[in-house]
Amino acid sequence: MFSEMYADSGSVRAPYEKVAEWVAAAGVDLLKLRQNEAEAIFRKIGITFAVYGEGGDPERLIPFDLIPRVFGASEWRRLSRGIKQRTRALNAFLYDVYHRGEILRAGVIPEELVYRNAAFLPDMIGVDPPGRVYSHIVGVDIVRTDGDSFQVLEDNCRTPSGVSYMLENREIMMRMFPQLFHAGIVEAVDSYPVQLKRTLEEVAPIKCDDDPTVVLLTPGSLNSAYYEHSFLADLMGIELVEPQDLFIQNGLCWMRTTRGPHRVDVIYRRIDDTYIDPLAFKPDSLLGVPGLFNVYRSGGVTLCSAPGSGVADDKAIYVFVPDMIKFYLGEKPLLDNVPTWRCAAADDLSYVLSNLKDLVVKRVHGSGGYGMLIGPHATKKEIDAFRAKIKANPGEFIAQPTLDLSTAPILGGDGIEQRHVDFRPYCLVGKEIRLTPGGLTRVALKKGSLVVNSSQGGGVKDTWILAD
Amino acid sequence: MLSRTADNMFWMGRYMERADATARLIEMGYRMAMLPGSNEMDEWRSVAAASGSAPDIAEAKSLKAGDVVGRLLLDSENLSSIRSCLTSARANGRAIRTALTQDMWEALNDGWRQLGQMDAETALRNLPSLLEWTKNRTAAFRGASEISLLRNDGYFFLRLGGLIERADMTLRLLDVKYYVLLPETDVVGGGRDYHQWTSVLRATSALRAYHHVYRGDYSPWGIADFLILNAIFPRSLNFCYRSIAHYLDEIDKLYGETHPCQRTARDMVARLESLGIEQLFQNGLHEFVSEAIETTRRLGGEISRAYHF
Repeated sequence: MFSEMYADSGSVRAPYEKVAEWVAAAGVDLLKLRQNEAEAIFRKIGITFAVYGEGGDPERLIPFDLIPRVFGASEWRRLSRGIKQRTRALNAFLYDVYHRGEILRAGVIPEELVYRNAAFLPDMIGVDPPGRVYSHIVGVDIVRTDGDSFQVLEDNCRTPSGVSYMLENREIMMRMFPQLFHAGIVEAVDSYPVQLKRTLEEVAPIKCDDDPTVVLLTPGSLNSAYYEHSFLADLMGIELVEPQDLFIQNGLCWMRTTRGPHRVDVIYRRIDDTYIDPLAFKPDSLLGVPGLFNVYRSGGVTLCSAPGSGVADDKAIYVFVPDMIKFYLGEKPLLDNVPTWRCAAADDLSYVLSNLKDLVVKRVHGSGGYGMLIGPHATKKEIDAFRAKIKANPGEFIAQPTLDLSTAPILGGDGIEQRHVDFRPYCLVGKEIRLTPGGLTRVALKKGSLVVNSSQGGGVKDTWILAD
Repeated sequence: MLSRTADNMFWMGRYMERADATARLIEMGYRMAMLPGSNEMDEWRSVAAASGSAPDIAEAKSLKAGDVVGRLLLDSENLSSIRSCLTSARANGRAIRTALTQDMWEALNDGWRQLGQMDAETALRNLPSLLEWTKNRTAAFRGASEISLLRNDGYFFLRLGGLIERADMTLRLLDVKYYVLLPETDVVGGGRDYHQWTSVLRATSALRAYHHVYRGDYSPWGIADFLILNAIFPRSLNFCYRSIAHYLDEIDKLYGETHPCQRTARDMVARLESLGIEQLFQNGLHEFVSEAIETTRRLGGEISRAYHF
């Protein structure tokens, strides 16, 4: 098991020297006090996150751990090149499958995986989004299993959430421990909102002939990520709109304001494809803006991300991302995938079924850590039940080995303890590709747990990229 | 600005003002009920009536302090209770989080669950500190918006909501207590009347201010004049309406549009400026107050129509 903080010899790894020094000097008791303070601040600011299906408090806090997770400058350089490469390939793939489908004709990816994919939107065929960008914000979930290798666990091409934690965790750390940041050793993350706004402005639709009006579309204040929506809109200085604030007239999109209708050019939407437009997708849906999809297709407004982007971050497609990189970019993938078995393939299926107790099985379309099987932690009964599900519908599942995720120090009940972590950076795609040096580190707070999702008892940490 | 944002700003302003005014109203009842010779039930009855949200209690044969406090402070079914007002104001703010400053949000968010689990008995026992707490919350919110919010349409709608609510509250208090101010009841030296009059001032936090303006000479005319016609007392009808007209003009300047609501506000200001208190009593205080309540209600509707919310 790789420890982010300690080398095998027991000495502190170079990137963690500053953190180790600080923890030793402050002492566990003091840090625990400050941890409570931090929680009170989060509560006061109102940074909350609701968890679907759990009931209870709709405005719950994600636990925040004080001890930062650190990447050295050279580690980040490698990661950053790999993330940007992957982001380019994913967008090239999306353009391709909604146009000529070269990668399918070449037999690199099976056609049915794309065309019969629930996230594939036939209505998007032939549509040219501005700049050929489909996924404007790509969240790449990365894990580390040893000192040398980072592996991608999954891609998030639709509307990856959590970036507000990257910003707020840093804010809190700087507020509580300003001295840690004095020497300028940590790369700043606060330019993210400016870069996001620039990215969104760069993909203004062809019919926009003025400074584009950008808005953030949220399902509303009951949505679990509402805090993040409002936070980002605020930092970008743009309107936070709900579907009922928008309407379509004369082939353009407008918002209702106190001075009458105001034209909207770019919509950073944080609602799912199917809820964008009841006329195009779900006639029975009360959400959405009737007619929006047509305006989008005719270049009257830009939707970020483009409808149908989900076909690229599906877990069955994930398997082929390294092939995409070779196919579209002619490059060698800089970040590896986690070895993955597709239950749709007969050989893979039989391997998976006979090794369930050692594997993690996930749903192809699932997210948030719901509905998955973690073999080593499951009872025999659970495994048998899952086996039946896989057999009934093999195409719905993929399996991966139980990864030995790296561990990072947290402030636990018994002092400094080691817990498993992953990492999600946020890559922006407009006219150019931008990557803020930072991201969200999620940590499995339960001892021994490998599940970092906040819905399953995960917490978050500030993530430091050390300056050169 | 989004119409929905304007709507939420307006109501956030109203709810915070209502929470504040309701706290002052309960405070008045609490104080009056303690006075020797007072009829505790009557005092609480007038509090219930003035709040406008507990007509059944106001008309009940017998009632206890706990009934009124429960209804006006804690009852989540009563949309005008302090608890409901604070929760609604926070929900308004949360729905338009980006239109608020961090300071304002913190003021709304801090301790909003405080009243959630409380029962009437506990509330009654801690009444003075709970009312103080409420006034502090609303003051912190008002202060935060005063020092941190941009002076654009969002601020104007927030203030308009608060001012309309405040005008309404002063009017409703006068509506309930007008009989105390009628000339017939002007019996010199009666301790009861003295307390009754001062209670009206107290509910509007105007006791000291009144001293400064009228040199301590309590009279029904003075009090009615102060609460209706005085131009510098911030809870008087005149002050509220002048401010409403002012903010509507500011929005007009910003948008370059004129609407009927401006007319309504200006007409009321003109009327208040031309009226003398003698005339007001001659024409009938009660009639005037009822009309003004109706005008204020209409004005709220005109504002929301004008700005599409």
